[in-house]
Amino acid sequence: MKNHIVPVKIYLAIFIALAILTALTTWIAFVDLGALNTPVAVTIAIGKALLVILYFMHVRYSDHLTWVFVAAGFFWLAILIALTMSDFISRGWLASGS
Amino acid sequence: MRLTHRRTGPVAEQKNIAAVAHHFDTAEQQREASTLGMWAFLVTEIMMFGGLFTGYVVYRNLYPDGFAAGSHHLDITLGGINTMALIASSLTMAMAVRAAQLGKRKTLVLFLLCTIALGLFFLGIKAVEYSHKYHEQLVPGLPFADEGTLTQQVYVFISFYFVLTGLHAFHMVIGIGLLTWLTVKGWRGGFSKEYFTPVELSGLYWHFVDIVWIFLYPLLYLIGRH
Amino acid sequence: MPTKIFHTTSRPQPEQMTREHYLNVDYGIKSWLLTTDHKRIALLYLATITAFFALGGIFAVVIRLELMTPSGDLVQSETYNKLFTMHGIVMIFFFLIPSIPATLGNFLVPMMIGARDLAFPRLNLASWYIFVIGGSLTFTAVVVGGVDTGWTFYTPYSSSYANTHVILTATGIFITGFSSILTGLNFIITIHKMRAPGLRWFRLPLFIWAHYATSLIMVLGTPVIAITIAMVGLERLFRVGIFDPALGGDPLLFQHLFWFYSHPAVYIMILPGMGVISELVTCFSRKRIYGYPFIAFSSLAIAVLGFLVWGHHMFVAGQSVYAAMIFSVLSMLVAIPSAVKVFNWTATLYKGSISYDTPMLYAFGFIGLFTIGGLTGVFLATLGIDVHVHDTYFVVAHFHYIMVGGMIMAYMGGLHFWWPKITGRMYSEGWAKLAALIIFVGFNLTFFPQFLLGYLGMPRRYHFYPEEFQVLNVMSSAGASVLGVGYLIPMIYFIWSMRYGKPAGPNPWGAKGLEWQTPSPPPTDNFTKPPVVEEAYAYAPHTQEDRPRG
Repeated sequence: MKNHIVPVKIYLAIFIALAILTALTTWIAFVDLGALNTPVAVTIAIGKALLVILYFMHVRYSDHLTWVFVAAGFFWLAILIALTMSDFISRGWLASGS
Repeated sequence: MRLTHRRTGPVAEQKNIAAVAHHFDTAEQQREASTLGMWAFLVTEIMMFGGLFTGYVVYRNLYPDGFAAGSHHLDITLGGINTMALIASSLTMAMAVRAAQLGKRKTLVLFLLCTIALGLFFLGIKAVEYSHKYHEQLVPGLPFADEGTLTQQVYVFISFYFVLTGLHAFHMVIGIGLLTWLTVKGWRGGFSKEYFTPVELSGLYWHFVDIVWIFLYPLLYLIGRH
Repeated sequence: MPTKIFHTTSRPQPEQMTREHYLNVDYGIKSWLLTTDHKRIALLYLATITAFFALGGIFAVVIRLELMTPSGDLVQSETYNKLFTMHGIVMIFFFLIPSIPATLGNFLVPMMIGARDLAFPRLNLASWYIFVIGGSLTFTAVVVGGVDTGWTFYTPYSSSYANTHVILTATGIFITGFSSILTGLNFIITIHKMRAPGLRWFRLPLFIWAHYATSLIMVLGTPVIAITIAMVGLERLFRVGIFDPALGGDPLLFQHLFWFYSHPAVYIMILPGMGVISELVTCFSRKRIYGYPFIAFSSLAIAVLGFLVWGHHMFVAGQSVYAAMIFSVLSMLVAIPSAVKVFNWTATLYKGSISYDTPMLYAFGFIGLFTIGGLTGVFLATLGIDVHVHDTYFVVAHFHYIMVGGMIMAYMGGLHFWWPKITGRMYSEGWAKLAALIIFVGFNLTFFPQFLLGYLGMPRRYHFYPEEFQVLNVMSSAGASVLGVGYLIPMIYFIWSMRYGKPAGPNPWGAKGLEWQTPSPPPTDNFTKPPVVEEAYAYAPHTQEDRPRG
C-alpha cells in the first residue's frame, strides 16, 4: 500500500481537471456574483489543492497518520485566521468605541 | 513480557543503493519515517505561509477597494499562464516519481528536466511581471504611483503581492536546486525501485509549492474583476 | 569532555575503565563536532544553553542592581531598555525554549522508547549548528549595541522607529527558530515510528508524552513567528506596508501573529518540565503515577488549547472587546489540564514511600511554585483584573514563577535525576540539597515581592520608580543575589563530579523506565541487550498494596 503506483491515466485526468478549474476560476471572476465571488474562488482553489494533495501527493493512498498530519496543518492555519479575524471583524461592533 | 528488537534489516546489495541506516530496523521503517518527516516539514511551511495569508485576509477585509484596485494592476494572462505552467510541472513531477517507483532511469531524468524547465519558465515570467511593476512605479520602498485616495491601500496590497510571490519564488528556486541535484544523481544511477526516497520527498515539496500558487493566483490576480 | 576522567577515578572500577560507552568510544574535537549520536548532541546543547543562561543571568544582575534605588542612576534609560530586552530574548529563545527538549529530550527520548537514535540523527546535529549560528548572530547584536524594543518587538517601534540592531537580532532568532522546528519534527517522527516492539502509546513514559506535545507546538507555532519577524525586517528594510500605520498597516496584526506563537511558546517551555516532574514524583514515591491517561491527555490538551488563547496578551492593546472575552474564557480553560496534572501528582504522593533526594526536592518546589504561578495566570486571564495589572510587575512575577520557579526547577530536578545516567557519576548529595534550598529561598525572595509591587502599581520595563516601592525592590534584588549563588553551586559540583564523583551503576535510583536498563554511561547504541518492555511505572504490585513507611 505504501508503494502504490498510480496509473498514468489518473495523473492525466487530474491534470485536465486542474486545467479546467483554472479556466473556470478565471472566467467566473469576470461574472458578477456579488458577495459570492470570493467564496467561489476560494472553494475552487481548495478543490484544486485537494486534487494535488490526494493524487499527486499520494495522500489518497497513504495511511491515516499522513491524513492526520495534513489535516492538522490546515486546521491550525484555520485557527490562526479565524481567531485573528474575530478581532478585526468585531472591532466596529460597539458604538461607543472601545 | 520480553520482546526483542529486530536488529537486522535488509542490506542493499546493488551498488549505489543506500542501505538501511543503522538506527532503523527495516527499509520500510526508514521510508515511512522519511516521508512522514517531509509531511511534518510541509506542515511547518503551511504555517509559515499561513502567517502571510492571515495578514492578507485581514487587509483584504479592511481595504476591499484598495485590494481590487491593486489586483487590476496585475496581468491575468501572465498569471494564468504561470498557473498552468506550475500545474503542468506538478504533472511532470508526479510522472518523475512514478518513473522512479518503476526503476526507469531515463524516464525519471526526462521528467525531472521537464519539471525544471517549467519551473524556470515560471520564474522567467515572474521576472517579467516584477519588471513591469518597477516600470509602473508599483514597488514598495520606491516612489509609488498615485492611486488617489486608495494609494495607501494599494501600497499594502502591492506589499503583500511582493512578499507572497517573493517567498513563493524563493521556494521555487530551492525546489529547482533540489530537482537539479536529483537529476544528476538520477542520471548516475543513484535511484532504483528499492530506493527513490529523495525523489518522492522532493516531489512532495514541489507539489506543495504548486499548491501555494493555486491559492495565490485567485487571491492576488482575480479580485474585483467584474 | 576530557579524556582523562575515566582513567584516573579516585575509586577505580575495572568495568568502567574498560567498558566502551558513548563518551569514550571516540576522542577529539571532530568526534564531537561531527557526531550524530543523540547523546553527544544533547551534551553539545547542554554546554551552549548553559552559556546563554549565564549571559541572560548577567543582564538580570545589572537590572536588579539598577532597581535597588528608585532613581535611574546605574544605567541610562536607553541602556536599561536594551538590558531587559536582551534578558528576555536570551532567556526565552536561547535558554528556556531549547532547554529540556534539546538536552534531556535529545538524550532520553530514543532511550525511553528503546531506539538506537532519533529518526534523523544528521538533522539533529544540523539543528545544533543552526542554534549556534542563530545564537552567534544574536550575541553579535548584543556586543555591537543590542536591541531595545522589548523581547516582544512591538511594531511600529521595531519596524520603523528603533535605531538599534533589530534586523541582526531578528535574523538570529529567525535562524534559531529552525533549530526548534527541526528538533520538534525529529521527536514527532521518532515517537511515531521508532518505538520498540510492544511499546504501545499508553506504555510510554509521561516524559515522552510531554515531549510529543511540546514538539507539536514547536512544529505548528514556530513558523509563524519566523515569518512575522521576517516581515518586521522587510518593513524596516524595504518599507513594505504591513505593521506601520503610516504605511497603512495595523500594529495589532503584528501582535496577533507574534502571540500566536509566543503564547504556545510558554507551553513549549513548561510541558517538558511537567514531563520531568511526572518521572520524579513517581520514582521518589515508589508508586505508579496516579491517573496516567489524564496526565497524558492533559499534555495534548495544553498543546492544543494553548493555541487558542493568545489574545490575552492584548487585552489593553486595542483588540475588540468581543475577541477579548473569547480569549479570556479560553484562557480559563487552558488552566484546567495544568491543574489536572497537579492533582494527579499530589495523588501520586499520597501514601507513597517518599524519599527526599535532590531531584524530589526540586519536584516539590516545582509543584508549589507552579501552582502559585498558574493561579496568578488565571487572575491575569480575568479581563477586569488584567486591565489593572497589565504591564506591571504582577505580570513579571507571574511568568517568573512559572518559568524560574517551575521550569528551571524541573530542569534542575531532571539534570540531577539523570546526571548519573548521562555521566556515570553521582554528584555530592549534601551540596545538592543545600543548593536546592538556597535556590528555593532566593527565588521566593526575588519574585514574591514583585507580585506586591505590581499590584501596588509599579510598571514593568521602568528603571526608576516612586520611593515607596524601594523596600520591596531591595528585597527582590537581595533575593536575586541569593538565587545567583544557588545556581552557581550546582555548576561547580556537577563539573567536580565528572572527575571525582562516585561512579554510578545502571540504576542508582531504582527507577522504572527503559533508560535505567542500560549501563551508565550508556553505549553508543544505547542498549547492550534488548530492553524489556513492561507496563509504565510498574513500581507497585498489581494488587496496589502500598505500605507507607512509619
